[in-house]
Amino acid sequence: MSATAAELSLFSCQTCSLVARPAPAAAPLYCPRCGARLHLRKPDSARRTWALLIAAYLLYIPANVLPIMQTDSLFKARDDTIMSGIVYLWTSGSWPIALLVFFASIVTPLLKLLILSMLQWSVQRRWHWQPRQRVRLYRLVLFFGRWSMLDIYVVTALVALMQTPTLAMVSAGPAAAAFGAVVVLTMLATHTFDPRSIWNSARPHE
Amino acid sequence: MLDSPLIACCECDLLQRVIAVPRHTAARCRRCDAVLYRNTDGGLDRALALSIAAIALFVIGNLFPIAGIEVRGEYAEMTLIGAVQTLYVQQELLVATLVLATVIAAPTFELIALCYILLPLHFGRPPRHLPFAFRILQRVREWSLVDVFLLGMLVTLIKLKPIVDVVPGVALWALGGAMLLLAAIASTIDVRELWARADSLR
Repeated sequence: MSATAAELSLFSCQTCSLVARPAPAAAPLYCPRCGARLHLRKPDSARRTWALLIAAYLLYIPANVLPIMQTDSLFKARDDTIMSGIVYLWTSGSWPIALLVFFASIVTPLLKLLILSMLQWSVQRRWHWQPRQRVRLYRLVLFFGRWSMLDIYVVTALVALMQTPTLAMVSAGPAAAAFGAVVVLTMLATHTFDPRSIWNSARPHE
Repeated sequence: MLDSPLIACCECDLLQRVIAVPRHTAARCRRCDAVLYRNTDGGLDRALALSIAAIALFVIGNLFPIAGIEVRGEYAEMTLIGAVQTLYVQQELLVATLVLATVIAAPTFELIALCYILLPLHFGRPPRHLPFAFRILQRVREWSLVDVFLLGMLVTLIKLKPIVDVVPGVALWALGGAMLLLAAIASTIDVRELWARADSLR
């Protein structure tokens, strides 16, 4: 047996994992066990994924150019972008943390966007190339995607803690919202992308 | 064909026969190596116990201060909801909503859905709105980012340490515990086992 469920016109329920062949009469199909809508593939996957990815690419620019955090202390005011915050961490001696933030806020979001674009592109061009490796890349994105939210929480914590007029008043900058949106959009894109389509053009035993 | 011995891989759709696997092991897809299902050996009851413990820790994590700082005799501390409030006051609506949704709302719904599903199952009754509750659980789980938030707190505290005196609060440890429990729960619930149990009670 080496066929996909879709090839045998069987529907696999994404909620309860039941493999079923529902009555073909009704137009929207529902799972006989749990009542969830059934689709052979995620509906409108390509268009939704591209829309989310393009929006994320656009917001990636203000997220990195504009200040993410503003510090007002007694003597001076200071604006920090994501990158300048990392440089500050590096020069103040905590380079492991600087590296961590660098990977979470600069490398991961960009890599995620590039990998998802490549995957979606490869699916539409019906590449035969290494489906197993491509699925592995997808799993990587799925696993690491959430960790790019790190900087948002760092800003949140700094804003919440540093409200001491004698030392410093910290507030979030315009890049915080943009960066948060980038992370949310890419997480959504990860879920609208259908990994099963990677195998569409691959032969069964690859 | 209500109880089919077939399973389709959720990542490549390859149709495969369900076979018994040894305790605490997972069956993986022949073609793409994705986890198909696990034998968790009564994992549902264990998940219920963990969920109840996680609720207790999560409540503490939300009510008590996460961390405090001390500068020249001045003391300031933050709670989770206080942090959201500060962002809200600063007109950072999007960031405030994001933090509220991912660190407070998502784990809350996750834990409520878990108890709603697992408690009746434990006492031998099928939950009334199981499909709805299960879909909530699936949707909400990926947005529950307590672990990422805790790493963010850690980075912040290390960042502030050279400048001010940092005092970690009770909620920091409580949230840490809740995070570990949530991860353990995710790996002890098997979708197939859950629906098979619910089916057998109907």
